Amino acid sequence: MFLQQLINGITLGAVYGLIALGYTMVYGIILLINFAHGEIFMAGAFVGLMMVTVFKMNIFLALILAMAFCMVLGVVVERVAYRPLRNSSRLSALISAIGVSIFLSTLALLIFGANAQGYPAQTFPVSQIHIGPAEISTLQLLILGLSAVLMIGLELIVHKTKIGKAMRATSQDYQTAALMGINVNRVISFTFGLGSSLAAAGGVLVGLYFNAVSWNMGLMAGLKAFAAAVLGGIGSIPGAMLGGLFLGIFEIMGVAAGLSSYRDAIAFAILVLVLLIKPTGLMGRKIQKKV
Amino acid sequence: MAEVLQSISNSIDPYILQIFVNIGIAIILALGLNLITGVTGQLDLGHAAYMSVGAFTAAIITINLNLPFSINLLIAGTIAALVGLAIGFPILRLTGDYFAIATLGFAEILKVVFLNLDITNRALGLSVPPANTTIPMPFYVWMITILVIVGVTFIQNSRFGRALKAIREDEIAAETMGINSTRYKNQAFAIGCFLAGIGGGLYAHFIAYINPSDFAFMKSIDILNMVVLGGLGSIPGAIVGASVLTVAPEFLRFMSEYRMLVYGALLVFLMVFRPNGLLGGVDFRKMVLRIFFGKKEKKPNVTIKAR
Repeated sequence: MFLQQLINGITLGAVYGLIALGYTMVYGIILLINFAHGEIFMAGAFVGLMMVTVFKMNIFLALILAMAFCMVLGVVVERVAYRPLRNSSRLSALISAIGVSIFLSTLALLIFGANAQGYPAQTFPVSQIHIGPAEISTLQLLILGLSAVLMIGLELIVHKTKIGKAMRATSQDYQTAALMGINVNRVISFTFGLGSSLAAAGGVLVGLYFNAVSWNMGLMAGLKAFAAAVLGGIGSIPGAMLGGLFLGIFEIMGVAAGLSSYRDAIAFAILVLVLLIKPTGLMGRKIQKKV
Repeated sequence: MAEVLQSISNSIDPYILQIFVNIGIAIILALGLNLITGVTGQLDLGHAAYMSVGAFTAAIITINLNLPFSINLLIAGTIAALVGLAIGFPILRLTGDYFAIATLGFAEILKVVFLNLDITNRALGLSVPPANTTIPMPFYVWMITILVIVGVTFIQNSRFGRALKAIREDEIAAETMGINSTRYKNQAFAIGCFLAGIGGGLYAHFIAYINPSDFAFMKSIDILNMVVLGGLGSIPGAIVGASVLTVAPEFLRFMSEYRMLVYGALLVFLMVFRPNGLLGGVDFRKMVLRIFFGKKEKKPNVTIKAR
């Protein structure tokens, strides 16, 4: 029973982690809480769904196309709604992000209607594999495996490539990075693209896992993923993954313990507790207060 | 007197009347949040939660005790302020975005708790009987609104208000000047929550039905939009922001389902072209003086930054 819940929790947590990565990278670089990120996750789920139902594509191809689409969407959103506000108050950028979020979710409502839609059966053949007393479905394995691959890929990009180095430099000091000849705007666009494509992957996986894609799925998932990013220490990439896993496990354990009507509160209760005890999160850097 | 007012409110188109009352309530809420976010500089992403505390308190009092509405509202505001203090006391130590996230977290928790309490009738929500007032509701709401506007103006121009602005501009410098920033922040937060509670109580009795889900994250964001759109820290700004954002969806109603689409795009465009809000950086008193007395003052180009 415990093992089973642990497996379910880790699966959910892996998806939270995928979404949280986008929040944490963007916050790390331009200190913006990108409230439209949850909507990008929703868009990814819908694009994947469209590819599977309308164009009868293989789910893996659909996943890649959804990631590509959201990469472009993320870059466009940054260009239109955030870049003009780069030098104004951060609150203005936040409101702009909220505007984008309202726009995208309403657009999805208009295009796809108010009812939740599911991926057709046999999109991905699901069978159960028994591990001792617990069982894990092939779908859960897919989610875990894919998340792990994407996260390792991200780590490699951030730590082994030139643009990754530029990203790290920009997140440390925006102005100095620009002085050192880094094209900061391109780095920010790249970050948005990267984060958005990860969110799209998360969207397709969630759509498959819960078999429900709806126009308002982005809000709660986005808020929880954001909580995960803060939990792990906002700005820290391994932290976002860890935070996502923690949150997923706690949430599933809470539901298993009979708190299902408090499900949405669990994530935020953990968030508040972490903020009060260690505001920088599990893996966040301590920032010195300077006068 | 009451009959006269009643007949006046009966003669106005109920649709227009409803918009006016909504504007009044929105102004109260926006001014409360303006004190926390605009004047003191603490970004609060969960203001609707304190509104829900006030709304449910007032509704439960009306259902069970039927006290005079003014006393009822005072209790609702006080309870909201106490809840706000209980939440604010630990989290006001946090700075910047961490505070914002904590308010968001607490607001979601409060919503879920309300969804699970018997006294709030769980997810079914409460039907609220009419308020126990002698004056018709629209006039009552606007009476309170005007009281709040006057009160908040006094607060902002007082020694207390200046201390809050000092904290917004630079907390460390303010503390060096002998301002007890923790105490002031808590007081400002409590006053903001008190106003939210009053707004919530009025909302509950005017709409006559409340549900915990009405006070979700998007409601908090609505209030924040009003404050930021009008111009942070400016009372006329908050009033204009609240009015514009309450009326805008009504004007956009002819677009029916495209309404929220346009609303979202509008927010982005307004922020891109007026990042400091409609009245941000405008000194209202000087503007009035210039218009009426032709006084020309050279004013430095000051923009308000949130943090």
